[in-house]
Amino acid sequence: MYRYDSYDQAIVDARVEEFRDQTQRRLSGALTEDQFKPLRLMNGLYLQLHAYMLRVAIPYGTLSAKQMRKLGEIAGKYDKGYGHFTTRQNLQYNWIKLADAPDILAELATVEMHAIQTSGNCIRNISSDQYAGVSADEVADPRPWAELLRQWSSFHPEFTYLPRKFKIAVIASDDDRAAMRLHDIGLKLVEPDGVVGAEVYAGGGMGRTPMVAPLIRDFVAEDEIISYLEACLRVYNRYGRRDNKYKARIKILVHEIGVEEYRRQVEEEFAHMRELGLNPPTQELARIRTFFAAPAYESGLSDEIDRSNPAFALWVDRQVAAHKVPGYAIVNISLKPIDGIPGDASAEQIALAADLAEAYSFDELRVTHAQNLVLPHVKKADLYTIWQKLVAAGLAEANLDLITDIIACPGLDYCALANARSIPLAQKIAARFADAERQADLGELKLKISGCINACGHHHAGHIGILGVDRKGVENFQLLLGGSGAEDASLGQITGPGFSEDGVVDAIEKVTDIYLAERENGERFLDTYRRIGMKPFKEAIYG
Amino acid sequence: MVEFLSFRDGESAQEPAVTVESFTGQSNATAVRIEPGEDARELLPHLDRISLIEVNFPGFGDGRGYSAARIVREAGYTGELRAVGDVLVDQIVAMRRCGFDSFHPAKALDDAAVDRALNRYDDVYQKAIDGRVPIWAKRHPETQNG
Repeated sequence: MYRYDSYDQAIVDARVEEFRDQTQRRLSGALTEDQFKPLRLMNGLYLQLHAYMLRVAIPYGTLSAKQMRKLGEIAGKYDKGYGHFTTRQNLQYNWIKLADAPDILAELATVEMHAIQTSGNCIRNISSDQYAGVSADEVADPRPWAELLRQWSSFHPEFTYLPRKFKIAVIASDDDRAAMRLHDIGLKLVEPDGVVGAEVYAGGGMGRTPMVAPLIRDFVAEDEIISYLEACLRVYNRYGRRDNKYKARIKILVHEIGVEEYRRQVEEEFAHMRELGLNPPTQELARIRTFFAAPAYESGLSDEIDRSNPAFALWVDRQVAAHKVPGYAIVNISLKPIDGIPGDASAEQIALAADLAEAYSFDELRVTHAQNLVLPHVKKADLYTIWQKLVAAGLAEANLDLITDIIACPGLDYCALANARSIPLAQKIAARFADAERQADLGELKLKISGCINACGHHHAGHIGILGVDRKGVENFQLLLGGSGAEDASLGQITGPGFSEDGVVDAIEKVTDIYLAERENGERFLDTYRRIGMKPFKEAIYG
Repeated sequence: MVEFLSFRDGESAQEPAVTVESFTGQSNATAVRIEPGEDARELLPHLDRISLIEVNFPGFGDGRGYSAARIVREAGYTGELRAVGDVLVDQIVAMRRCGFDSFHPAKALDDAAVDRALNRYDDVYQKAIDGRVPIWAKRHPETQNG
């Protein structure tokens, strides 16, 4: 885990006082809402339908037990007792009073956390692989790079008023668990000749014009990554569209001028910028890397798991992933109980997750873009104890990557932008497919719901995606098939006319029936769709 | 209230700034104004005869002027670099970091607020134009020349 030094802490503390000053000016009436809005939006504070929403950054999705505990305390003290984990590995509080926001930020600062740049047209929280540091197939831990980028992007003098928001992900495995190519810039660490560097992808994104990012450079060395990214951002800042906010993301620029031309302009800028001394010395990345050294794993542990309890065995099969060290496992904690709200956790559940991390996972937790939690370093011998505690807390759902592991945005229940409610639909779908055997039979099936075209629920990247729209004042749901946010990234295609809330649940059931009838050789839903195409599904739905 | 803010020694340039197009088309102007969307690099062949570059911010959210400022400074421009238009107190520090050394905001700024903003953050994470030593360099003094 990265730890702040006095420089990092001073910046976060100064930001708290700056925001306190801005909030007091707003509360006293010295600032109008119009004047205050851009200030609060630089610090993750949105005015939603019913209250202020505060978005807290969880850099690259990594948390200590102490940080997690603080998030739970804040949920209990300042919110209605809940936190909502988002598709950008952040946490949102949906019921915040403006007057409390500075105090919340001050509490976060005591555990080295903040809400800096969780909104606004700036470089947002850097996201990463929730299995970073513990998966066997990564070339290096991507989090030191992500931390280097967190610092570089914080209060960047040139790139704080970009045409639109800017999201960066860093991964280091062939298995992409972070939807890297659906980011404005995605970095994939590679090691072609014994030296670690980054492949750079640019121009991905979701929203109303989804794009899978093309590769723009196959290698950038660690001691040039900052100047290269400055070049990427400068070309975007100068030439990204500002006439239409829906065409302002970098994906539109890359698409309109073409990847070759964007690459050419970046290379030209990079040739200039790499000479300016913008890159930290390699010692800085080495310094950061020391914080992410492997914990003191025990050796000689058994890999045996007592599977005599069938419910436990089912949970192990579904929620536990391979760890690179013998005797250890990665535990996925589902935040998708059948009757719950995807990504929501109560203050008590957050506290329990913190306790488990402290007792059984070397003090560490991860948040996933699929809105679940991870205990990254668990002894296999402790799995049963952990499972029992999760059962007692309502956190032992065994549905990772199954049809009820639904990604959903907050939707019209909370969000001022939404056209439709995502949460009740997610609950209806989960209820329809609640049967454990049925879910297991359907296998990996990523279902993602967005309540509006902005696509916070990643519907374009769902094996099954759902987009809520407003049709003459009535909620209507479009169905998409065939998307993926993983290493086989693709964009879903709309099946046809939309449905009512109940209608779309029926349509999903028909889609799964076709899959079960057509699948060959253990294919996933996505594989079958790719093999047989849209037509049979369409006929079943509309025929 | 502050109508005009300068961090330069001596008088500020008074000559009215001309557009980039008319500047590059005539040889005697010494002050030029860059609008958003205009290419600051067109000025680079002429920097030695320019005493004032104004960068206009018609709306505070249009950040193209930050890049324009850095580009002329990176090319060695040492004359006055002035931010004009919708320049807010919360932006002064970032603009200073990009090389602006004078400010003519459309709406006057509060003196105390400017002071607070300029003194809020002791350190910075990035190397930019203003010569401030980034945090990474302070962490590794052995890697810095001199």
